[in-house]
Amino acid sequence: MKTGMEASIGRHRATRAWRVGLVVAAVSAITGVTPAAAQSASIIVASTTSTEQSGLFAHLLPRFENASGIKVKVVALGTGQALDVGRRGDADVVFVHDQSAEEKFVADGAGVERVAVMYNDFVLVGPADDPAKAAGKDIVAGLKAVHAAKTAFVSRGDKSGTHAAELRYWKQAGLDPAAEKAAWYRDTGAGMGPALNTAAAMNAYLLADRGTWLSFKNRQHLKIIVEGDSKLFNPYGVILVNPRKHPHVKAAAGQKFIDWLVSGEGQATIASYKIGGEQLFFPNAVKK
Amino acid sequence: MSVFGDALASASAMLAAGDATLAEITLLSLRVSASATLVGALLGLPLGAWAALTRWRGRQAVIVMLNAAMGLPPVVVGLVVYLLLSRSGPLGSLAWLFTPAGMILAQAVLIFPIIAALTRQTIEDVHAPLAEWLTSLGVTTTQRVMTLLYEARFSLAVVMLAGFGRAIAEVGAVMVVGGNIAGSTRVMTTTIALETSKGDLPLALALGMLLLALVLLVSGVAQALKRWLESRYV
Repeated sequence: MKTGMEASIGRHRATRAWRVGLVVAAVSAITGVTPAAAQSASIIVASTTSTEQSGLFAHLLPRFENASGIKVKVVALGTGQALDVGRRGDADVVFVHDQSAEEKFVADGAGVERVAVMYNDFVLVGPADDPAKAAGKDIVAGLKAVHAAKTAFVSRGDKSGTHAAELRYWKQAGLDPAAEKAAWYRDTGAGMGPALNTAAAMNAYLLADRGTWLSFKNRQHLKIIVEGDSKLFNPYGVILVNPRKHPHVKAAAGQKFIDWLVSGEGQATIASYKIGGEQLFFPNAVKK
Repeated sequence: MSVFGDALASASAMLAAGDATLAEITLLSLRVSASATLVGALLGLPLGAWAALTRWRGRQAVIVMLNAAMGLPPVVVGLVVYLLLSRSGPLGSLAWLFTPAGMILAQAVLIFPIIAALTRQTIEDVHAPLAEWLTSLGVTTTQRVMTLLYEARFSLAVVMLAGFGRAIAEVGAVMVVGGNIAGSTRVMTTTIALETSKGDLPLALALGMLLLALVLLVSGVAQALKRWLESRYV
């Protein structure tokens, strides 16, 4: 035992060599990945789960990257968080859907200008047998019916654009289930997909954007209950993060992305994205 | 329960097809978590050994804190590292946010206490029967630390595996700091979270099975390495 120990005391000099090797390996492991971050031909776009999870970006970005040589890195968050990431200067462009929050973002000086790109619409999804009798073309009447029947309703509750729209429709109905702390109103604090999973499991009503709904695979007994109301219109805007506030923002590359989105080619590419033959997003850029 | 059957089938299909995206995601998971384990070990092993072998004021408090920090919630670590690395934060100029380097930092912070705390206990246990003898040899504290780290190397390898396991399995920290960017910072756990969001539960489960298989592989390689070293050197 003791001779082994003495040997090991001597041996630790030899082991020092590979310890140094470990340090080198660790440092190179970290530094080896930083140059990628320094590449200028890429921009970070803070966007929403609805655009990412519906597959729109997978359809759009390869075409833009081919046309421009600029790599677009999308971070998919709720609209509230995406705007916060932009406000902190951690993204070059934000691409979200909550017009009043977007206008405030620009008014606060965090963004340069809100540019209209496209819209889709919200749908009220619910149990196929519609126990609240909410079906129809009027979202406000639909929500009133859900409220009267006290059937389970799943809310995003995450300050996303969809959540903001839901609260707007409740307000138009003159109701406030969140303040009532109603047991049937389930505030999940989740993204669109997780909220849909929860609603499918509980067979509950919820407000969803059509894009995520169409691409969602775990529907179980849910179906569309209310659609086609003009109030369900869901416009998307794109904003360049203000380079005067955050000088590291890749303004030129970010502006190129925005210009491409509203160009004829970009708008046609948006219109051509379909799932099961159904168009998900409708271009509505203002021609300059 | 057909979802488990579907998952198993699609897991084997993905493996058989040698999907390039899957390979990229798997390699990034391995690179990030292995680098984080290295960084965590470089800091945690010496600190743990030092805390085991020296006596000073406040040592008990540090030990309690290290032990408690083994339960750090990944999403909180992620949030703190995010705020540090944000352009509006103190380390913003590094431009590490939404890069693998930032993810390595977050996971290293997460697992450093695990490695340090377990090392501290392991070294104390190995040290107890040898303490008087080492003192009689008149070794310095540094020599004592190095000797005991070497003597406990096989136990410490398991400690590092525990750290690696924690790192490769967590989703909260890499999601916030990495941003789950396709082709850039998307790793296995964030992909599983994403596919769950899309309601593609069989695919999410299939990826989960592949993640488990990967951890099993790393553990198997570590065990084989240990047996080989033991047969050569012990």
